[in-house]
Formats: sequence, C-alpha cells, structure tokens
Amino acid sequence: MNEKRKNNRADEPFAAVSTYSVDGTYNFGYLDEQTKRMIRRCILKAIAVPGYQVPFGSREMPLPFGWGTGGIQLSASILGPKDIFKVIDQGADDTTNAVSIRRFFARVSGVDTTEETEKASVIQTRHRIPEVPLTESQILVYQVPQPEPMRPLEPREMETRKMHAYEEYGLMHVRLYDDIAKFGEIAVAYAYPVLVNGRHLTSPSPIPKYDNPKMHEMAAIQVFSAGREKRIYAIPPYTRVKSLDFDDYPFAVAQPDDCCGLCGADDSFLVEVILDNDNNRMYVCSDTAYCNERQDKGHIGPMHANAAE
Amino acid sequence: MYVAVKGGERAILNTHKLIAEERRGSKDVPELTITQVKEQMAYAVDRVMTEGSLYDRDLAALAIKQARGDLVEAIFLLRAFRTTLPRLANTEPIDTARMTIRRRISSIYKDIPGGQVLGPTYDYTHRLLDFQLMAEGASDGIEAELAEQPVDPDMPQVMAILNREGIIEDETPASNEAGSPPEEPYDLTRESPSFPAGRDQRLQNLARGDEGFVLALGYSTQRGYGGTHPFAGEVRFGKVDVEIIPEELGFPIVIGEVALTECQMVTQFKGAKGVAPKFTRGYGLAFGHSERKAMAMALVDRALRTEELGEEAQYPAQSDEFVLYHSDNVEASGFVQHLKLPHYVDFQTEIQMVRGLREKFFAGQDKTAAE
Repeated sequence: MNEKRKNNRADEPFAAVSTYSVDGTYNFGYLDEQTKRMIRRCILKAIAVPGYQVPFGSREMPLPFGWGTGGIQLSASILGPKDIFKVIDQGADDTTNAVSIRRFFARVSGVDTTEETEKASVIQTRHRIPEVPLTESQILVYQVPQPEPMRPLEPREMETRKMHAYEEYGLMHVRLYDDIAKFGEIAVAYAYPVLVNGRHLTSPSPIPKYDNPKMHEMAAIQVFSAGREKRIYAIPPYTRVKSLDFDDYPFAVAQPDDCCGLCGADDSFLVEVILDNDNNRMYVCSDTAYCNERQDKGHIGPMHANAAE
Repeated sequence: MYVAVKGGERAILNTHKLIAEERRGSKDVPELTITQVKEQMAYAVDRVMTEGSLYDRDLAALAIKQARGDLVEAIFLLRAFRTTLPRLANTEPIDTARMTIRRRISSIYKDIPGGQVLGPTYDYTHRLLDFQLMAEGASDGIEAELAEQPVDPDMPQVMAILNREGIIEDETPASNEAGSPPEEPYDLTRESPSFPAGRDQRLQNLARGDEGFVLALGYSTQRGYGGTHPFAGEVRFGKVDVEIIPEELGFPIVIGEVALTECQMVTQFKGAKGVAPKFTRGYGLAFGHSERKAMAMALVDRALRTEELGEEAQYPAQSDEFVLYHSDNVEASGFVQHLKLPHYVDFQTEIQMVRGLREKFFAGQDKTAAE
C-alpha cells in the first residue's frame, strides 16, 4: 500500500469500529457493523469488476432516497475515525444538502470535516468532480440517481442486465448517432455515458461532460452508489474511462468563453448567476473550494470586491 | 461587485426550529398526545405500521404526530427507525385460520360456517358529516350492544371450503416441491429486488407498497387493463398469535399478538394446456384494519401471477418490474422531491447546449430563407 495512504487514512480502515456515534444514540457511522461489512464486500466486488453494477441490500437511511442515500451508505461503510471528510453538491461545500450530509456524519461518526479538497481522505460528491486532481490517498464517493446508463432507452432491468452480460451496447450507439443525424452533434450535456476498462458501459452519474476526462486514469478510487436503485459500482485507480463517441464525431467539451467573476479562473467549470431583472449575469466557479483557494492566493476576477473598476 | 450568499448551515438549523414551532400550532390548544393518536386515529396508525413495516402502535403514533399527520412522511420516519433494529428471531408463519375474529365476510356464499360477522365497518354508514362530533364528548356514551352469543370460535377460511372440492388451486407456492422444506422467503429490506420476482418478493413489496398506488393498480385491473374477474372470497380482520421457537426450548411459544386484515380473492381461470379449469388466488395482508389496502393488494398479486399461469402479460399491473419499482412511497417520494435539490450544474450544461442548438436551428432557417 502506498505510504501516503497509510498516513492519511486510518491504519486499519476496514476493521470493525464498535464505538458509538458522538451522541451515543446510534452505531458509529449510523449503520450496524453487519450492514457495513455487506457494503464493503460489494465495494470490493465492484472494484474487481470495474463499471459493473453490483446489487446491494440498500437500507433506509434517515435522509430521503434520491438525496444521497447511496453515497451516504458508502461513506458510512468506509469512514474510519481518522478520516477527513468533505461533502460537495454542485461542486460547492455550502449547498443545503452538502451541509446536511456533513452534519449527519459529524453527528453519527464524529469525523473531522474539511472544505479543502487536498486535505480530505474521503470526498462525497453530487454532480461534480473537484477541479484539483485527486491523489492515491483519496476516495471519491459519487451519489448516483440512476446507475443504469441505458435506463432511458430500455426501462426493464431484466433486459439491460442481459445487454451488459453480452456487452451489447448498440442501443446506446444508435441513440448517440440519432442525435448527430438530428442535431449535427451528440446532444448529451451531462451523465455522458462512458466505457470503463474497455468493457462495461457505465453512467458517470449526472456530472457535466466537462468532468468526464477527469475520470480517465484517475489516481483516486472512484466508488458510486445509488441507494434507491440499490446498486454499487466502482472505477479502480488508473483505469481507462472512455467517453463514447465516433471517429468522425469525437467527444468534445464546450465551455462559456468567459472566466470566474470572483477568482478569474478560466480553467474551471463555470456556472452562471443572474444578477438583476435585466438578465445581466456573471460566471463563477462551481467548485467553491477551488475558487476560495485562488482568491486567498490573490487571484481576483472582474466582479470581485477588490477588483479595479 | 458580487458577494456570494453564505449561511446555509444556519438557515437549515433555523428551518428545523420553525417546523417544530409550526407543528405545535397554537399554544392555546392542548398538545396532542400519542395515546390520543393511537386511540382515535387508529386507521392512520394501521397504515403507517403496514407501509412502515413495523408493528408498533406507539412508534407509529409518534411518527404521525412528528410528521404533522403527513402519513407518507410518518411511514418514512418509521422505516428509517426500523433499519436500525437488530433481528432477534424469526417468527413461525402466522396462522390466520386461527385468528380471533372481529370481522369476517365472504361475498361468494350466502352463508358460511361461522357466519358473516360484520364487526366494525364504515361500509354501510351514509357518508354524511356527523356534526355532533364537532362538540367534544358527544360520542362518549355510545356503546355497541353485545350479541347474545360470542362469535363462533371455529371460523374456517372460505378458501379451505373451496379447496375441499379441489376447485381452487393449492396455496403451496409452485416453486416448492411437495415435501421439501419451504425456502427462506426473500427479504427486500435486506436484498435488492431481483427479476423475475418470485411471489414472496412481490407480496412483501405490495404489503409495504403505497396504498394509493396499489389501489389504483388494482382498480386498473378491474377496469380492463388486465381483467381477472375477481370475487372477494373472504375478508377477515382480527388478532393472530405470533410465535417463535427459541433454540433452548425447541417448541413454539407465543410472544404476542398482532391485528391483521387478510383478503383472499378468488379469480376464474379457464385452464391451459394440460391444466384443468379452476379458480386461482390473489392474496392481501395488512397490519391493523386496512381492508382497502388488503383487497387492492390481492388484486395486484393475482395480476402479477399472469405469466406464471400461462397468460400474456401486457398491462402495468401485470409487470413485476413496473409494480415493484414504483410502489414504494418512501422511494417515490424521495426521488420526486429530490428535484428540489440544487441542479444548477446540470442545468448550466443544458442551457449551453440549448443555446448552441438554437443558434444552429436559426442559422439553418436563415440559410433556407436566403435560398
């Protein structure tokens, strides 16, 4: 095991921790030890078969299905007392549900939390991958609403499971080709399907396709979980992740021709903020930790309080 | 200049206080007690226990109070608590034939051994608002008269009567070879659903399923989306002993009783190649007094057996994936309402894409006009 990982994570991250939550009401990490063990086994299986959806006995959590229960169960199963936990939603640490999930773990496991990407050993995310490249000492936990990339094309699970078994992904290629025929481009802006390790068609979760290239050969472990759909899948470190495309229509990412109004970054994913009733708008980084760090280092965007008029 | 909005954490804490304050309502009104909910909102308690998969009247009443009467929210509260409970033992299968009957009716015979027992029901009330209930204490003096004789303790199930004639299918699951020990039933609270789903999975899912959803699906089969021509063979409500066999003892002991509503639907079956015409079963079971739920469940159970009986499945109520994946209101409510979460990253990518597609669209129009 990598030296750095040893230092950063708990010495025995998978050992049972039979302590109680901070307020003594629930088991450490909320889930009971048997459930955590079941989930860890599913994670190992998922890592062994990259991109394959492993069914698991998803539990009812005290947060609603669709609000990150899959990611929460994964985090609950892998967090040890020495971990440092970061939660982002839309790339931001301060969005309501990220705050809520962070508070949940502070209560039921008492782990240290951080907003700094580099300091975190486990990062739970919804809809974004942090801008800063992740390292071997980190685990990225994705919240997934629909693990099956072909579900919008084929609603029956019995059929899509067969397609995965036979590696029969023509349906998806036809769907992408259909877009090119109709619109002259592949009109998929997020949850853009990927092929993992040259074998399994996989949903990257609803991240913008801007983030897809970051998944390829990522140093960190990527684990995905859908609580409501009861599936876990994973991408081990340094695994090939290919966004589906065609030779004459290669995968491409478009970004607004602008920079972050606060930190001036033009190399991060930007979201627009409406400023007034005349639809004047500005762009800001969706990754708040990245933006704050840049501002702390003195980078100033055109809309920053200290910007020269 | 632009200042980003912060303070999500404080806002969340404040909203918790605000909802607690609103739940309490006017301080001039005495606070609702759990006992009051349990005693006077019994049907709400029954529904929350059934769909919450936990037989505990006190906790169900607490959940209803905490959820301000929002039963789906109360069901969610009870489910989230249930997952934290350890499994101490598995009970023996309950025997509804030995139910202490409070109500029992059959629509397929004029009279049956044990008789038709109406018990408490709204069935024949005229649905007129009873303004006497506006005044507190007005119904304190009401007591139903006792019958001259107690209910017949021997109350055979109507299905058993049909069975004696061999005119209805056996209750034994088809997957079980005669004489072999019954398989451990599937448990959807421990495993993800697996398709094609066995009847054990389907029944568990329907029992936990949203009453409104199951009702609508059952109704759809009556209206023609999968006609099965059902008869209410029997509906019974009462209490049943719950037994476990402790390892130290090796014989069953009663650890308590639960109130249940059971519905056995009888459905015509024309027979298939090599199978004689006979009646088939649809089964419904719910905690407490929940006849609407038990009957709807029995209709959908039978509809889901379509393929097993060699009929063609073509309607929603006959599709196990459709029914099992969409019946759970904790899942459905969570996913519908998750749309309230921020989605501005994905929306940003959609805005950009739609702007681009529109540019192409109008450029194409201009080109066509110029030609």
